[in-house]
Amino acid sequence: MSAATTTYREAMREAIREALRRDDRVFLMGEDVGAYGGCFAVSLGLLEEFGPERIRDTPLSEAAFVGASIGAALGGMRPIVEIMTVNFSLLALDQILNNAATLLHMSGGQLNVPLVIRMTTGAGRQLAAQHSHSLEGWYAHIPGLRILAPATIEDARNMLWPALEDPDPVLIFEHGSLYGMSGQPRPGPVDITSAALRRSGKDITLIAYGGTTGKALAAADALSAEGIEADVIDLRVLRPLDDATIVESVGNTHRAVIVDEGWRSGSLSAEIGTRIVEQAFYQLDAPIQRVCTAEVPVPYARHLEEAALPQVPSIVAAAREAVAS
Amino acid sequence: MAGKKSARAESHRDLLRQMLRVRRFEERCVELYSGEKIRGFMHLYIGEEAVAAGVCHALATDDVVVSTYREHGHALIRGVPASTIMAEMYGKVTGCSRGRGGSMHIFDVARRFYGGNAIVGGGLPLAIGLALADKLRDRNRLTVCFFGDGAMAEGEFHECLNLAALWRLPVLFACENNLYAMGTALAKSHAQTDLALRAAGYGVAAWQVDGMNVLAVADAATRAAEAIRAGAGPYFVELRTYRFRAHSMYDPDRYRSKEEIEQWKKRDPIDALVASMKAEREITNDDLAVLEKEISAEIDQAVAFAEQAPVEPVEDLSRFVYSETPLASGGARGGTVEAAS
Amino acid sequence: MNERAEFVMPSLGADMESGAVAEWLVKPGDRVRKGDVIAVIDTDKATIEVESFHTGTVESLLVGTGRRVPVGTALAVIVGTPPAAEPVSPEPVPARPLRKRARPRRPTPARLPTPNAPHVPSPVASPLVRHLAEQRGVDIARVRGTGPHGRVTRADVEHVEPPPQAKVSPRAKASPLARRLAAQFGVDLADVHGTGRAGAIRAQDVREAAERGAGPRPPEAVEEAARPPAEPVEVRAVPEADLERRREAMRQAIARAMAKSKREIPHYYLSATVDLTGALAWLRERNRDLPVSRRLLPAALLLKAAARAAAEVPRLNGFWVDDAFVPGKAVHLGVAISLKGGGLIAPALHDAARLAIEDLMAALKDLVSRARTGRLRGAEMTEATITVTNLGDQGVEAVHGVIYPPQVALVGFGKILDRPWAVDGLLGVRPLVTVTLAADHRATDGYTGGRFLGIVDRLLNQPETL
Repeated sequence: MSAATTTYREAMREAIREALRRDDRVFLMGEDVGAYGGCFAVSLGLLEEFGPERIRDTPLSEAAFVGASIGAALGGMRPIVEIMTVNFSLLALDQILNNAATLLHMSGGQLNVPLVIRMTTGAGRQLAAQHSHSLEGWYAHIPGLRILAPATIEDARNMLWPALEDPDPVLIFEHGSLYGMSGQPRPGPVDITSAALRRSGKDITLIAYGGTTGKALAAADALSAEGIEADVIDLRVLRPLDDATIVESVGNTHRAVIVDEGWRSGSLSAEIGTRIVEQAFYQLDAPIQRVCTAEVPVPYARHLEEAALPQVPSIVAAAREAVAS
Repeated sequence: MAGKKSARAESHRDLLRQMLRVRRFEERCVELYSGEKIRGFMHLYIGEEAVAAGVCHALATDDVVVSTYREHGHALIRGVPASTIMAEMYGKVTGCSRGRGGSMHIFDVARRFYGGNAIVGGGLPLAIGLALADKLRDRNRLTVCFFGDGAMAEGEFHECLNLAALWRLPVLFACENNLYAMGTALAKSHAQTDLALRAAGYGVAAWQVDGMNVLAVADAATRAAEAIRAGAGPYFVELRTYRFRAHSMYDPDRYRSKEEIEQWKKRDPIDALVASMKAEREITNDDLAVLEKEISAEIDQAVAFAEQAPVEPVEDLSRFVYSETPLASGGARGGTVEAAS
Repeated sequence: MNERAEFVMPSLGADMESGAVAEWLVKPGDRVRKGDVIAVIDTDKATIEVESFHTGTVESLLVGTGRRVPVGTALAVIVGTPPAAEPVSPEPVPARPLRKRARPRRPTPARLPTPNAPHVPSPVASPLVRHLAEQRGVDIARVRGTGPHGRVTRADVEHVEPPPQAKVSPRAKASPLARRLAAQFGVDLADVHGTGRAGAIRAQDVREAAERGAGPRPPEAVEEAARPPAEPVEVRAVPEADLERRREAMRQAIARAMAKSKREIPHYYLSATVDLTGALAWLRERNRDLPVSRRLLPAALLLKAAARAAAEVPRLNGFWVDDAFVPGKAVHLGVAISLKGGGLIAPALHDAARLAIEDLMAALKDLVSRARTGRLRGAEMTEATITVTNLGDQGVEAVHGVIYPPQVALVGFGKILDRPWAVDGLLGVRPLVTVTLAADHRATDGYTGGRFLGIVDRLLNQPETL
């Protein structure tokens, strides 16, 4: 049953290919997804295989093509929209928030929007302030959307199909640093409802998602060498949050560190921390710790960027602090 | 009584009927708003009826309409029942959007009416997407998108016009140029006020039409629709019209003069059509009285329906944020009514 | 070495003749430190927390709760310990001699050596410094600040020797899980030694304590658990009948003080009209970028100007005692605050002339809200050196006030009104306020008073210097 070694990028491409083959209502649309092969080469080769009607290059008109994908979903299609990076998604925010997330409710249940929007998120590649955001927490604020953050090759390969089957809009945030990651995904379906426990330990819960999951796992290794055993939760689904998995883990470890590449203020980490306090207050044996991106526009210079982002040592330090306090 | 003439008269009677329905319905809305039966923002179409009646005259039943927040007229003419529109404005569960939308968000998928949209220009991308779906599925349908002159200042308009032209999408862009974006005059928000000229710049066929003359509107829309159905790509019509009432209920109307409003009222599209029909002996005063009576009865019925309708239980507040039935593999439910096609 | 000291019914205002202990926060055998709040005193005007001026052990409580006794009556005996044991202040502050002597007669406020070693119950300190203090187990209320305006600095905290061992205060720092387990196991958190940061009790500490069973309490735990809380104690809800009684008593107190003032103080009155155009424009500019909660009100400017003027005219800032003027050591600006349900109280803004305008605004808000909830501190009731009354909110145009003895001056502000006003020979409409001064002619003459009003005018025309 072992699959061949593949990269996150190839896994995502394979997922799109599978969807295009399985359902002729599916099409991919976005800037440079066709001839260029995708800004991050995710869709490389798909134009040749499926043609320009289904691998559809768009002008640089985020509001128009994201809005058009909503209209196409209303018209019975199953669009996959690629927005090059999360920062460009702000140009389509009106359509995502005011239409995609809202139409079902506003129409009294008449209009569902079966749409998948993929976009690259995150920092760590020296792309400076306008290409290094982690705004998935913003999107996770919006009722009506489902927000996914595949952190593993398996999720990159397998989350897309259930997302397309979802009757409501799904946003998939792919961390830019993950595309080159390689491994062997297990075949078969995954859910898009639950968080995953990526490692088990009794002393502390590290909660991460997307690009920080790997860092949390590395931190757990380092902590283990010190005799601190960590549960590592990969959130996978940022909205709706899987409270049960988080609360169960914290119920076992009584300590939590939340790792979030978003800025701390008003962040997803704040939401998770509050839910822990609301639902597991009497399980807590130490203040919750957060490791977030420094509240600065992400700088270009490598040393500054590294200092701004959550890193393995800062996660380890936060975990130690939680265990000590 | 040869067929052609009588068909023409019949068509005029239908246009008149639709315009009158909208006019009388909205006049009743003013009364109900003043009596606090209707709340929220309410934008009236009075004065612009020829646009909706004329454009919709060119549509087939499975064509799609995407509208604005000033959409009572479009909805009524496209067959959304007056009763469910009225119940919606009353905030009742029997409203077309179960009381979740109100005046600005009338939806009726069965009539292929994809809504009022309270974001200026927000419906344009939806319209081209709906048209894209039709094109991809080889359905010979048309999508009409109504929007105002104000929307032409939005980036979404320009993105969408380009995209629709680029992909030759079957969209009729119906620009209701009532000369004011809320309270800002056209000339104060657009350097080039010839809107059709600007649309033509995107490679879209574009015409100016007298939006106070319902016959001219119907004629232009019919010709555009025929071309679009023949695969000519999108068309743009600029419909020069005027709203007789304030932007929303009770705005003080400081930005335009009474004289200007009176001038335009002399060109009331309903009066104009009645006059021409009388001249053609297509209608008598008795006919008119009967028509008014029928419309009045329809609206009475709608009000009664809304009055006695139940409200959504508060327990159901969070329904319809996410779909209640998952799509089976392959999407049995499909986007709205498209599954079968 | 072991000195016995009496804790007496303090005078919390010139008009206070008696009071009652509403609540004892200590019991015999308890250790107290100078500055600890040990009792809640019910005066005619308010319920006030009162601190001990001695360090030592409570030997006995002499007066039970609820009994009204004259000012100066011994309430408790504290057996002192040598100053070396004083853990906080780098230079031990001598206890107020007056209290030690426990004179039965009501002391006049002028003799209160308040300006010498003003006790600042809630010192100004940054969160960082507070955090540091907490980490080091230092009670910040007892640290003398050496920073600007008495601000407690990081160095101040670092200079304090921390207590020998991080200990558990009555509101123990304990994790939620530890609290739950403690309740479950029947463990008293006071018996638990915390091993977390800053002595926080963690679940494991509770489990270990539970395993030890109901063993003897470690002596330091007993001692610590018995210490009264450092934070202010909430004043309990007072029954309506008591409120009525208190309102009546307050009326009586005001009556006595005002009658004494008019009987003894030869008042003179001056008034001046000040153009606030510049001041209000400056305020608007200043407020533009501030959140609503931090905006400055015109009152802050007026108070600051009065305080600064009092600092420049020291003859108006102080007390008339025993036929002589005793200057105040700083400007502690009494602020007349009317209370809901009637009554008047004039607690002091400590060292108001040196408070930055924002800090003065914040201190004013704090003072008003505490005055209205009966949570003033003792020093605030006694230390005012000059009082300001602002009846502008009531639409009053000018206030010719009655001096609060033994002070020698009272400044009044009326409503800020748009009025015709000539500037450089041109008539225009300008926001004006009438400033009045009621002064004690025994202490000053009209010339001095006039100079005071001139300075207020000048300062309000140079708001940036405030």
